[in-house]
Amino acid sequence: MVKTLPRKDVAIVGLGWTGSILAYELTGAGLDVVAIERGEWRDTATDFPPAWAPDELRYGVRLDLFQRPAQGTVTLRNNMSQTALPVRQFVSFLPGNGVGGAGVHWNGMTYRFLPTDFKLRSHVTQRYGAKAIPDDMTIQDWGVTYEEMEPYYDKFEKLAGISGKAGNLNGQIQPGGNPFEGARSSEYPTRPTTPTYGPSLFAKAAESLGYHPFHVPSGNLSESYTNPLGVTMGQCSYCGFCERFGCGNYSKSSPQTCVLPALMLRKTFEARTKCNVTRINLDNTGKKATGVTYVDAKGEEVYQPADMVLVCNFSFNAVHLLMVSGIGTMYDPTTGKGTVGRNYAYQCDSGVALQLPEGTHLNKFIAGGAIGMVIDDFNGDNFDHTGLGFIGGGNMGATVTGGRPIQQLSMMPGQPSWGAGWKKAAKESYQTVYGLGAQGSSYSYKDCYLDLDPTYKDPYGSPLLRMTFDWKQNELKMSAYITAKLEQIAKAMGAVSTHAAPRKGNYTVTVYQSTHNTGGAVMGDDPSTSVVNKYGQSWDVPNVFVFGAALFPQNHGYNPTGTVGAQAYLGADGIVNQYIKSPGALLHI
Amino acid sequence: MSKMRFLTQAAAGLGFTALAGLAMAQTAPGDAQTIAQGKYLATAGDCAACHTAPGGQPMAGGLAIQTPFGKIIAPNITPDKATGIGNMSDAEFIKALKQGIGHSGHLYPAMPYVYYNKVPDDQILAIRAYLNTLKPVDHKVVSDQLPFPYNIRAAMIGWNLLFFPDKGDFKPDASQSAAWNRGAYLVQGLEHCAACHTPKNALGGDETGHEFQGSIVDGMNAPNITASWNGIGSWSVQDIADYLKTGHNQYAVASGPMAEAVKNSTSQLTDADVKAMAVYIKSQAGAGGTAPAPVAANDPAMLAGAKIYNDECAACHTGSGMGKAGIFPALVKSPVVQADKPATLIGIVLHGGHGVGIPTAPTAPAMPSFGWLLSDQQIADVATYVRNSWGNAAPAVSADEVSKARAGKSN
Repeated sequence: MVKTLPRKDVAIVGLGWTGSILAYELTGAGLDVVAIERGEWRDTATDFPPAWAPDELRYGVRLDLFQRPAQGTVTLRNNMSQTALPVRQFVSFLPGNGVGGAGVHWNGMTYRFLPTDFKLRSHVTQRYGAKAIPDDMTIQDWGVTYEEMEPYYDKFEKLAGISGKAGNLNGQIQPGGNPFEGARSSEYPTRPTTPTYGPSLFAKAAESLGYHPFHVPSGNLSESYTNPLGVTMGQCSYCGFCERFGCGNYSKSSPQTCVLPALMLRKTFEARTKCNVTRINLDNTGKKATGVTYVDAKGEEVYQPADMVLVCNFSFNAVHLLMVSGIGTMYDPTTGKGTVGRNYAYQCDSGVALQLPEGTHLNKFIAGGAIGMVIDDFNGDNFDHTGLGFIGGGNMGATVTGGRPIQQLSMMPGQPSWGAGWKKAAKESYQTVYGLGAQGSSYSYKDCYLDLDPTYKDPYGSPLLRMTFDWKQNELKMSAYITAKLEQIAKAMGAVSTHAAPRKGNYTVTVYQSTHNTGGAVMGDDPSTSVVNKYGQSWDVPNVFVFGAALFPQNHGYNPTGTVGAQAYLGADGIVNQYIKSPGALLHI
Repeated sequence: MSKMRFLTQAAAGLGFTALAGLAMAQTAPGDAQTIAQGKYLATAGDCAACHTAPGGQPMAGGLAIQTPFGKIIAPNITPDKATGIGNMSDAEFIKALKQGIGHSGHLYPAMPYVYYNKVPDDQILAIRAYLNTLKPVDHKVVSDQLPFPYNIRAAMIGWNLLFFPDKGDFKPDASQSAAWNRGAYLVQGLEHCAACHTPKNALGGDETGHEFQGSIVDGMNAPNITASWNGIGSWSVQDIADYLKTGHNQYAVASGPMAEAVKNSTSQLTDADVKAMAVYIKSQAGAGGTAPAPVAANDPAMLAGAKIYNDECAACHTGSGMGKAGIFPALVKSPVVQADKPATLIGIVLHGGHGVGIPTAPTAPAMPSFGWLLSDQQIADVATYVRNSWGNAAPAVSADEVSKARAGKSN
């Protein structure tokens, strides 16, 4: 027997960055909102106190803040001729779980995508001709321009208090910033963080080669800050426990430190935790959502009627929810028809390890997830791709996210991996071995997509999401090219030896790469190639909105959170200023 | 779907602003203006703090108040005839609030009649008018749960003779500003600040001549709020007003019982009233005197405490002990840190604490518990360190004091 609860104006699935932003904006417009979150309630002092939050075994290795495969996982295959198998241990990517979502465990890098990224297909076609785009590549324009996104990027950066230095302020190039970025309407809300030793070496070397190093826009705050919601954050102490950890001293931007204190005071907001939404209910026309069904902590099935449903959970979980709810048409890679599951993409990361001279003191324990220096000279279309045989690129640079003993003892390849030899190498390497990283774009392809697995089911009886994904020649060539550039910088840093590791071979889930899983419910201005419009509104069921990186038509050479946050504000604007007054499709084609 | 709610909220917002004028207005009982005034005064008096149980119906009673003499349960003050105050006459209501004499005889001074005594009758009746608009709740409360001999209500006659001056309505001081007088009226009367912040004698009466010099309530310091060295002399009128209005200022974050007082009462007062309270509080000179000599920096406790401070505390409170405005309280010159008996300091290190969040200042920062991590000696050392660094000076804390606090015993 399904228990039915009183109707709400809005049901939000997932209380992370997008869920909390939308809840705040919509309660502010007078709506009655419930957020339904699969994981637990979490707050700074109770759940991440500085005295025990830096527990690497619990959080770094045993992944306390993340989705458990038993809660739901995906199956994976590299191509359509293979049989997909379930991912039984998350390694390659780590979806968040619990209140705050990925906003709790992220590093805090908060970029804006490039203006050309938002019109990728038309830009590449215009500059290099249609032949520059491989036949099976399904990149497309976003259906929104950088200029339209700008005020919302600005709003998200001010919410999160991002520390950085503008490179392009209203069209004027600023010294010390990223000269390739789109025009910004205002400076970052807080000054840039101070680079630690490794990043400062990188910046000097990059500059000597004629590149344009700038501060990673950082959600680890350089100084105390009060955001427009009135919530105050602390100053980062460079403790080096960002990625995989919650921040104990209120200095990493997160729903907990930026939104929830204000949101929880709203009388028309309710957060319901340990409740797993299993489907969005539709009426008999299939064109209108009536609410959501979830299973609560006691295992009871509950129906929550709602006038609007906002899908705000992690990207591929959002796609899965649309699929099992029958919202939109499933993508068919053989015909190219259908949209849900189409254009799944990832992040084509690579790196360079370098041995610095003896006597160097990198002091990697002085660290922050987004404290570092990067260049954009080889990102997007910031460099001429003529004759290179690929499109795309990546942002690359130097950060130190921590100097943790278990997972962050970096050594040069070829060093002993156990015993006394390993101990000696670990000791010698700690202060001298460094790693640079490139965050490459991952463009979308006809046969890289998400659908439902024919064999494996989740604990609620729904088919698991099936991921079909592999690296393509365009990405591998791109990775080889930019990683070689990165190695030149490593040499200019005075490295005794270097080891470049561009992305090679087939995609595998056995090595951590990135939690930037994108696409599957992409946005656009054409319902035949997108699931939602620029506001995140479903073309098929207009009272369902989807937010998060599932909306990216392809992935670009940056971390996604800045764009995810900006798009959430764009969607909130559409709902508050248009949809509430006149419920229905916000855009007509 | 949202317009109605939007309008309702907007109307509520307007109503709130209008109260600024109402607070001082002359009234006739029962009209809308009187009810609104009564609601404002009931907020100033923070009636709900005691008369509403956690999760219970508003003003239906049931919160157990711990006193040094035992437990007292605040009664139901909804207009219910059988279990509330529905059958009370106006005269009886005034007598209860201003004289501490209720249906069943003398009230215990947990009910702050000693302070409400200063509130004019028409304002008391405005509160009554407001309470009359509440939903009558049938909820029988057995208030008196004190052990012998404190359960003898008549004993309060003697207590009143000793500690209840019964001077009646607040008398303005013509030599002071209007703001000072308004502040004095609120602080001494409805807000009953002295109930916590003035030290008590063995029988729970205010220590005359020591007004606002700090006390211990529920195992926490109600700090010295005078200008003396271990008070808040460094706070400006605006700092005090900010604290009352938002629970934060550049030095401090309200937590514990004061967080409740801010949330339920002072944050809801008009800016003018909060400023007036600040003007009056700022004028409290305190006992004067000078700080003791600080514990020497090379004392073993100080050396050990410095190491603990740098490892566990400095990330938030900073190396200079200044913290960060609005989120991490300053330890420098803090009346809580320098209190003679540092109950709150020890308690917060042991158990953590949660700051207050209100819509205009929602952060509600919290301090995590260190009781599981640090030994009694370590807590004593770090407490001694913060009490005697950066210009602070206060007696060293012993491991025994921490041990007692950990066991829930008072020092």
